[in-house]
Amino acid sequence: MNLILVTFIILLAFTSYYFGRKKALVIQSSQRLTALPKFYGYYLAAWCAAPALIIFALWSVFEPSIVKTFILQDYTDQNLTKNELQLIYTKVKALAAGTYTGNITNFLDESANKYIQLKGIANSAKVAIILAILIFSLSFAYRSVQKNDRMREPVEIFLKWVLFVASLGAVLVTIGIVFSLLFEAIRFFQAVKIFDFIFGTHWYPAKTFVRDGQPDPELMKDAFGAVPLFAGTFFIAFIAMCVAIPIGLLSGIYLSEYAGRGVRKYAKPIIEILAGIPTVVYGFFAALTVGPFVKEIGNAMGLEVSAESALAAGAVMGVMIIPFISSLSDDVMTAVPQNLRDGSYAMGATKSETVKKIIFPAALPGIVGSILLAVSRAVGETMIVVMASGLAANLTMNPLESTSTITAQIVVILIGDQQFGDPKTQSAFALGISLFIVTLFLNVIALSVVKKYREKYE
Amino acid sequence: MNSFKKNLLKKRYNAERRFQWYGKIAIGLALSFLAVFMFQIFSKGYSAFQKTWIVTEVHYDKELLLIDAESPSKDDLENADYYDVAYKAMTSLDPGLPEEEDRQLIQMVSYKYEAEVKDLLLKNPDYLGKIVPIKLTASDDVDQVHKGNYPRDIPEENRRVNDYQLQIYDMLNERGDILSEFNISFFTSPDSREAELAGIASSFMGTVFSILVCLAFSFPVAVLAAIYLEEFAPKNKFTDFIEVNINNLAAVPSIVFGLLGLGVLLAVFNLPRSTPLVGGITLSLMTLPTIIIAARASLKAVPPSIREAALAMGASNMQTTMHHTVPLSMPGTLSGTIIGLAQALGETAPLILIGMVAFVNTIPGTPVDPAASLPVQIYIWSESAERGFVEKVSACIMVLLAFLILMNLAAQIVRHKFEKKWS
Repeated sequence: MNLILVTFIILLAFTSYYFGRKKALVIQSSQRLTALPKFYGYYLAAWCAAPALIIFALWSVFEPSIVKTFILQDYTDQNLTKNELQLIYTKVKALAAGTYTGNITNFLDESANKYIQLKGIANSAKVAIILAILIFSLSFAYRSVQKNDRMREPVEIFLKWVLFVASLGAVLVTIGIVFSLLFEAIRFFQAVKIFDFIFGTHWYPAKTFVRDGQPDPELMKDAFGAVPLFAGTFFIAFIAMCVAIPIGLLSGIYLSEYAGRGVRKYAKPIIEILAGIPTVVYGFFAALTVGPFVKEIGNAMGLEVSAESALAAGAVMGVMIIPFISSLSDDVMTAVPQNLRDGSYAMGATKSETVKKIIFPAALPGIVGSILLAVSRAVGETMIVVMASGLAANLTMNPLESTSTITAQIVVILIGDQQFGDPKTQSAFALGISLFIVTLFLNVIALSVVKKYREKYE
Repeated sequence: MNSFKKNLLKKRYNAERRFQWYGKIAIGLALSFLAVFMFQIFSKGYSAFQKTWIVTEVHYDKELLLIDAESPSKDDLENADYYDVAYKAMTSLDPGLPEEEDRQLIQMVSYKYEAEVKDLLLKNPDYLGKIVPIKLTASDDVDQVHKGNYPRDIPEENRRVNDYQLQIYDMLNERGDILSEFNISFFTSPDSREAELAGIASSFMGTVFSILVCLAFSFPVAVLAAIYLEEFAPKNKFTDFIEVNINNLAAVPSIVFGLLGLGVLLAVFNLPRSTPLVGGITLSLMTLPTIIIAARASLKAVPPSIREAALAMGASNMQTTMHHTVPLSMPGTLSGTIIGLAQALGETAPLILIGMVAFVNTIPGTPVDPAASLPVQIYIWSESAERGFVEKVSACIMVLLAFLILMNLAAQIVRHKFEKKWS
């Protein structure tokens, strides 16, 4: 039904384009055109499609909730909770669609009939309204075509609005992220105190998993302490940075200051391949090769090593991050003006002294920025941790034990079927929003540092 | 020059040399990580492209098939009972085996061997009543033994292939009845719980659909947004806000987009779970900022003289943009888009959250059928304990990397071939 309507609108828009252009040619015979003939066509097409499609979209967004309020009006006197009402509505919808298999009560049957009726009314109203709008806007547009009004300006203003709305897309995504996370997280914090979440040291959400009925509030208090996850996240990120910073920075320095053009041309893209490999591949590598390798070495040295150690995950993550640091630091060091180098050489400094004492300090803000971006990347990395570093949230600082991270726990909680309304599911969104805040914080600092640095030398 | 100064100079030169070596070692390390990594994947994965068959003889006995008709139609063959015929084909490998031990033989081929016996007859109806050789898919354990990935010297109770099965295997191998051929079914069959039957067709189609949906949603919006921001946006606080927004969005962890997909697309809009449609939309939100940034950069690279020339000829701002600037910026935009899509191709975490980890043993035909995707398939298989899946994972990684390399090559070609060099 909706598809037919949209196709109809679009087809009508195309026809009106051709119609408008033809009309312009007719007008041309008697008076001077105000724009190229195709603008007459665009004008008609825009007036035809835009209002109808906007109304159609708004209608489709609001119709379900309006129908829902109408249906649930009959149940207001029964003192039901929100979840129960939701369940009833789902049942009514299933019954109306003929897929309901449970016990059919008279009341439900009535509601289902009402639902079908309402849907029918809504559908015919939608078609009627959209047809009316089409007729109205087309006749309006046709009149101004007949009057031979200015055609190009309105079309261009319309296009500009389309472009503007598209640029709002990115803002909409951000708003969507914030709201979807907040919405569930707030409900989570109604069940679990925010204080218990941020400062609790025991993470064991499976404990509260109850099939039906309400989970025990006493258990909940102790099950959602996120400190082990925060600690694990930063611990693994720290291990990753221990690998990535020295290797990345030194290769960046070598590439920008020492390497000849040939080496630079080939070595840089090859190192960047490391950043292009999907993280799930690194995860597999960490779990299957690096993990057992670390374990073997540890056992040979007489240490107790878990097969899924934080060290293996962190080290592999570090390898993944090398190119972020090497490429960005290479770029910022190349951007340091040549006269600084020349000045240093003129004083008799060797190349390495120049790098250490002049170029590195001059490029420091940019390098710090690139490291911060890399940290934010490490904090948000998911698959390597999920596959290589255990899923039990231990509060430990031993790199040979397994730890878990924010991202890994989100995956663990949400893999498989989720039940919205369950505090366990909601806790994933609470974790998500803390992850979002941390990475946003890191990104904003890093981007502003890098931007300031660029302005300094450009 | 006194010796003190000489020493100092020597020290400084040594420091210089050492520093240079640090750099070389760092680069060497980075490159060797890549080399080790590739070697591991390829050495583990290449054998998955070979499939092991066990050759035996099957007698399409009309009586055992329970076919009564003189000249049976296709339907008769379709509905015949193949259990006994298939069973006999396997047990004929060792006629002396007592009946209660026959499971050991049956376990050497995949559990679908009955269907394979049936398919051969359906393809060649004239085999009815004859004794013909048949290739049966070997079980993943026999497959691993044949590929030499399976140590034989561990105690029997720790092995999944027992001594008797090894003996039969050796006998067959000597006779040349173990065949190793290119594994077509790895590319044409969907996922399966049995390693020897599992293929990547379902996840491959899932990936293709997700990428197409992602392209359809992100490309138009991103290009229009980039045009607005680069060519028309007034310099004000709101435009700055949009810019900051886009830059930050590009660095948001991918799993957060998965939460967005789950919380909005599935819970609010009620789109179908586990489908490439939802996966593609989620990925498109992720690639949106990447494409916007690439498109803006390539719009910026179009020299102002082009715009000025068009304006001087009387074109309006919109006409200048749409007729000249945008077409000239397209190669850069397209290559940025392909790179953004390649990134989206490797994403796993957001797809797991929207349910694309479900076990799917059909090949999806449309974007609204449940499907997995290649990276998720890697995750699913690597979680599986069976030995046969290790090489499957590596092979799947090889396919994914090949896909990525192709896309990056395409991006390079688009950029170098079609981009105009100014100045």
